[in-house]
Amino acid sequence: MTALKEELKRQIIEVLNLEDITPADIQDDEALFGEGLGLDSIDALELIVLMDKTYGIKLSDPKKGRDIFQSIETMATYISENRTK
Amino acid sequence: MKKNVFINGIGAVTTQGVWRAAFFSEARVLDHAITSAEQPSYNGLISPGAIRRMSRGMKMGIYAAQQALAEASVTIPGAIVTGTGLGCSADSDKFLRSLWENEEQFLTPTSFIQSTHNTVAAQIALQWQCKGYNITHVNGAISFESALLDTLLLLQTGEEEHVLLGGVDEVAEQTYTFLQAAGDIKADGIQETVKNSVSPGVNYAEGAHFFSVGASKTASSYAEIIDITLQNELEVSETTSFLKDFLTTNDLRPGDLDAVILGYNGDEQDDLFYSAVQQTLPSATPLYYKHLSGQFDSCSAFGLAAAAFILKYQTVPPVLYWNEKNPAKTAWKNILLYNQYKGKDHSLVVVRAC
Repeated sequence: MTALKEELKRQIIEVLNLEDITPADIQDDEALFGEGLGLDSIDALELIVLMDKTYGIKLSDPKKGRDIFQSIETMATYISENRTK
Repeated sequence: MKKNVFINGIGAVTTQGVWRAAFFSEARVLDHAITSAEQPSYNGLISPGAIRRMSRGMKMGIYAAQQALAEASVTIPGAIVTGTGLGCSADSDKFLRSLWENEEQFLTPTSFIQSTHNTVAAQIALQWQCKGYNITHVNGAISFESALLDTLLLLQTGEEEHVLLGGVDEVAEQTYTFLQAAGDIKADGIQETVKNSVSPGVNYAEGAHFFSVGASKTASSYAEIIDITLQNELEVSETTSFLKDFLTTNDLRPGDLDAVILGYNGDEQDDLFYSAVQQTLPSATPLYYKHLSGQFDSCSAFGLAAAAFILKYQTVPPVLYWNEKNPAKTAWKNILLYNQYKGKDHSLVVVRAC
């Protein structure tokens, strides 16, 4: 799980081009949207593509995304339980 | 009655750095096939949240627009008119590469959204909350001139008081590789300047040039833009009549032109056109700029900035002289700019001291 979280942090930084941010700057339970990392709706689309492309998870219900993308912790939990890749 | 049109502010991000007083005195001649623009710091100008999605073209455009507006003391322009040949080609490259590599699946939205040609003008409008006329002209090597013509029409007819006019093109790795394969850009590793070019192709680069243009002369004014004409295609033998017709329309004689700024780029075929115009204007001091700007679709905006600089400060930076020996002149009133690329997209612009 720890390795998955680190992998996720690196991928998010790369895909979303988060300049001046390192994996160490992102806390596992930190909010990804809003107050925390400050991601927005376009980033959410990028994360949906990331889940599909890297882990074979298709998110068809947008309401689910709100819970899954709360933090690195929630993303890693969902991925470990549902990944097909 | 047509209103006069003045260049009241200039901004640029180029291979020679950003627009500044020492822009030409510190300029260096380009001798690489592809040269990227020197990037300024964008901290404080663009929010960290927005900048992470922006390609170089967008960042350069916003920086240059900010410089031009600040110099002219214009808070919000009435209109934003830009020209670009290839638009945000880095994002187009990225999107198409992703499409190819992922077999048309897993397409991410950001590069697609930002790959359109009007992204820079749109981002500038968002940045300054400018809700007026906003258009991007995409016409190959005449893109900037098309934007300039649109700007002149807006101001001369009194439809607008202030227009932000710009030209932007960026280096995109895949696109420029294709242009190299087509022979438009010199091969990697070749080190030739415009003057000592012998191999096929020309030196390419990128840049963003913006002008705050207004219907009133101000303390910061550089020059007055008198007129522009465009012609899609010409033979070398037709350049003389093209030029003479334009001068006649503007009640000018060849002897009225103090200088002619030519788009010499080191390509043998291209330079035949410039030689023809130069020979038609023996009393005008020939100047050039693509040895500093590099070739790209909107690079003629660099030439307009050079003309504006000369007219404002009444001096020609030595690096712009085409000939080694030039007649001593102390006053510069009328300057003609001539540009074309591959025998197409011909433009003549005349600017005057104000």
